[in-house]
Amino acid sequence: MELLKHSEEENEESLKHFEEKIERGDSIEPRDTMPEAYRKHLIRQMSQHAHSEVIGMQPEGNWITRAPSLRARQILLAKIQDEGGHGLYLYSATETLGISRDEMIAQLHAGKAKYSNIFNYPALTWADIGAIGWLVDGAAIVNQVSLQRTSYGPYSRAMVRICKEESFHQRQGYEIMTKMIRGTSEQQQMAQDAMNRWWWPSLMMFGPHDSESPHTGDAFRWRIKRHSNDELRQKFIDKTVQQAEVIGLTIPDEDLKWNEEKGHYDHGPIDWDEFYRVITGNGPCNRQRIAHHKKVHDDGAWVRIAAAAYRERIKKQNDNQ
Amino acid sequence: MATDSQLEIWEVFMQSKSGANYIHAGSVHASDKRMALQNARDTYTRRGEGTSIWVVPATAIVASDPNDSEMLFDPANDKIYRMPTFYTMPEGAKAI
Repeated sequence: MELLKHSEEENEESLKHFEEKIERGDSIEPRDTMPEAYRKHLIRQMSQHAHSEVIGMQPEGNWITRAPSLRARQILLAKIQDEGGHGLYLYSATETLGISRDEMIAQLHAGKAKYSNIFNYPALTWADIGAIGWLVDGAAIVNQVSLQRTSYGPYSRAMVRICKEESFHQRQGYEIMTKMIRGTSEQQQMAQDAMNRWWWPSLMMFGPHDSESPHTGDAFRWRIKRHSNDELRQKFIDKTVQQAEVIGLTIPDEDLKWNEEKGHYDHGPIDWDEFYRVITGNGPCNRQRIAHHKKVHDDGAWVRIAAAAYRERIKKQNDNQ
Repeated sequence: MATDSQLEIWEVFMQSKSGANYIHAGSVHASDKRMALQNARDTYTRRGEGTSIWVVPATAIVASDPNDSEMLFDPANDKIYRMPTFYTMPEGAKAI
């Protein structure tokens, strides 16, 4: 997009406008002057968010051909297609900050840009598809609902669109868990086993405790982030416990109990050693996820090359007419 | 690997129902207009959100400079005679 500049104002003046806008609660748009650190913070956060949507298709895609019914297969396909779409909304929003999609993908492949740690865990049984939809998407929704009010306009608009679509994801996951818990004893065990494996990584999705979170200060000042990691995590726990109880699943936390005084659930300690082990590349699927993404990207290169060649041919034909 | 690119950016505008304004939905990558339309349809209308789509090469869009917004848009505020409430109507006049 071309920007028609009539006046060259002092950079300082523009930055003052930025601070005022943030203060007023206005949204920041791509052509507004913004501090370089704000732009960098957003690129890091939004590209990580986009990559998460796309890498998140892998553990679920693994189950398309093995879904237990045609209905389940159609639903899973639609959900995974949504995740791809969400990745595209977010890449498109991130591009407005002046980074190209090529660069973002290169950063992902080089390990410079991350994706949500949760997708480094495998989906071992069909119950895992239930747990991913219910818990992983459920945790993502809590975070994304909060981000609908983030200060950067394109990010906020992408979040609004994504939130509208995500609630089906969570409900389909919860439905799978419900069906399995009402099934044979083997199916019940699978459901509980999936719950046991996905609960703690889901809590880790909100990131380190507020006291340990390195980026929090700026993110709050610029209203990129509206709620802290711990606040969001608590919100997720509070609403999920009841859902687990209704269908008779046990949350794998002996310390989990209602705290009357606070009006929230208390929970046991999170194993941050595991979190850091996985996030630094040593989870069960880290290498596999990136290797697969690279392979598909490279395998698809001919499509992009052919499309560009076709465009050139059409252009030439039009020029000759 | 040979020269690779993510193709060009196209901005997508959607009409949600017949008679409504076209509203910006986001962007897609495509090599030509047909692919841009197809990608816009796949990306932005999975739930019947639209009845019609426009796609425009992002490079064809010209935007005003946010720093000029005062100069461009403020004058409207001091021409309040453009508002119907500016005028005093005689007592008893109806349907005006």
